[in-house]
Amino acid sequence: MLKDQDRIFQNLYNDKGSDVSSSQERGDWVNTKEITNKGRDWIINEIKESQLRGRGGAGFPTGLKWSFAPKEVGSRPHYLVINGDESEPGTCKDRDILRFEPHKLIEGCLIASYAVQAHVCYIYIRGEYFVDGQKLQAAIDEAYEKKLLGKNAAGTGWDLDIYIHYGAGAYICGEETALLESLEGKKGQPRLKPPFPALIGLYGCPTIINNVETIAVVPTILRRGAKWFASLGREKNTGTKIFCISGNVNNPCNVEEEMSIPLKELIEVHAGGVIGGWENLQAVIPGGSSMPLIPKERCETLKMDFDACVEEKSGLGTAGIVVINKDQDIIKCMARIARFYKHESCGQCTPCREGSGWMWRMLERMAKGDATKDEVDMLGDVTNQIAGHTICAFGEGSSWPVQGLLRHFKKEIEKRNNLDPIVQKKKNIPYLVDQHLLDKKNA
Amino acid sequence: MSLRRPAKDQPESFEFNASSLEAANVIVAKYPEGKQQSAVMALLYIAQKQNNNWIPLAAMKYIAKFLDMPYIKVYEVATFYTMYNLAPVGKYFVQVCTTTPCMIRGANKLVEACKERISENEFELSHDKTCSWMEVECLGACVNAPMMQINDDYYEDLDKQKTLDILDKILNGETPKPGSYRGRVNNEPENNRKTLMDLKNA
Repeated sequence: MLKDQDRIFQNLYNDKGSDVSSSQERGDWVNTKEITNKGRDWIINEIKESQLRGRGGAGFPTGLKWSFAPKEVGSRPHYLVINGDESEPGTCKDRDILRFEPHKLIEGCLIASYAVQAHVCYIYIRGEYFVDGQKLQAAIDEAYEKKLLGKNAAGTGWDLDIYIHYGAGAYICGEETALLESLEGKKGQPRLKPPFPALIGLYGCPTIINNVETIAVVPTILRRGAKWFASLGREKNTGTKIFCISGNVNNPCNVEEEMSIPLKELIEVHAGGVIGGWENLQAVIPGGSSMPLIPKERCETLKMDFDACVEEKSGLGTAGIVVINKDQDIIKCMARIARFYKHESCGQCTPCREGSGWMWRMLERMAKGDATKDEVDMLGDVTNQIAGHTICAFGEGSSWPVQGLLRHFKKEIEKRNNLDPIVQKKKNIPYLVDQHLLDKKNA
Repeated sequence: MSLRRPAKDQPESFEFNASSLEAANVIVAKYPEGKQQSAVMALLYIAQKQNNNWIPLAAMKYIAKFLDMPYIKVYEVATFYTMYNLAPVGKYFVQVCTTTPCMIRGANKLVEACKERISENEFELSHDKTCSWMEVECLGACVNAPMMQINDDYYEDLDKQKTLDILDKILNGETPKPGSYRGRVNNEPENNRKTLMDLKNA
């Protein structure tokens, strides 16, 4: 288990209060000026050496992202945007940072803004977190009062204004370009990349977008050194991470732990074990709903970090662990996730808009045992038609969980759904929409 | 995508009252000059608060003029984002999370409770027209599942009986205390905390 003094979020459970003075006792805002005095290149280099990877799901190296910002500010100002649109089912870590460790985030914003030369920072928070956003706003107001923000923020000589922008219930706005669209007052529909936001982002200006947790760990890394951060976890998967353990466990909780911690230790030690015992475990979704599930036998040895999860054909994502035990109907669980994606598709790309609903309807039927034999393979086809054929990663996010189900629980689906195909013989019916069904061998 | 339609009965006109107007001006000032369109989401939210939890078409027209942008752009935004209610939902708007992490911890019991106390169907006002409910997608409090949101507040760690008690309170016009209903502190593992104990015991 990680030593307490190596935990970055000391106030994760709000033992001490979230105001400036108690945050200062925890080490925030103590020597911000000394950090920025070391210069932009030093900051970016230190973050690169710490091997910090983005905590929002994709795991992109943060230092590298910052280095994409233009070195000189041209005619267009730079912006820093913080992504707090935490909507991935199974994930609730950013909420605790917003309400209990707001000053880690605000100080991180100041340092990151300095590093990418932004004078304005927008924090995009999902609309449902209105109350938590108010707490962050109170912390921002206090920071202005204490001269930690505004002109010559915290004595660093850098001017910074932070504004909160609330979303309004759209999951897709967690995608960075959709978030920018939303921030500009439009529908949250993702943009084509390239151009990447680092060059053309908010209002057409260079914009760096980071997750709340990523930015909140930056001040501590710079204080304690890249070496310290890199010594935790393993190569390319360094540092600590807030894990959210939900679902069928005895004590669902958020806990900050070292990267590469075994999944079994997280569940057994921190979350009080699976309801009904480890033997009762059916599967685990390791990183929020869009990551494919992992069946019990692979959970025994799985280490929770980016690369180890990819080896299991899944992903660490946001580290929102959903534990599903044998009392649950796994097909129904996945059908509900498919319904989530059907509801949240922005409707821009046809494969996703139509495919997400299609997957949901098929899975609902499969859960009831109303599907035909050939539909199991058809479901796989549909997922392949979506993944990789959309503007943003929502296509992958919606089809991966279904692919994971097919990979590990195909037998279960086939056992329940053994109706004969509707179209028995090869017929030429011009008005039949699903003409491709006829071309199959067994049709 | 979700299908969203404006209500049939629409008021003739809408205008910000003094406090809404003040709040709107504060928000518009957050964005660079000429980029006031960015404020549309926040302004719709203010209009919704002022107008008893829903946004009439007249408010969209008003906001379009206020921000000097085409009405259709405001309409697009209002119909795209699901937190904007396009029809009356009552003073207390109950949203029950039923996405997988909540579902496997018994969110359907909360839905049952809503059906018993408020109305048989989603989006349907209760008898006294003060309250309605709907199923929503993940509200981001998964370790506190099952949970629901009433207006801005989260009610966490619920079961059927606790939900019934909360609903009885709001139907009586009271505002129940938000937060965990199992007396747990924030997101710590209940009775099983193993980290940061020095801070807890200090």
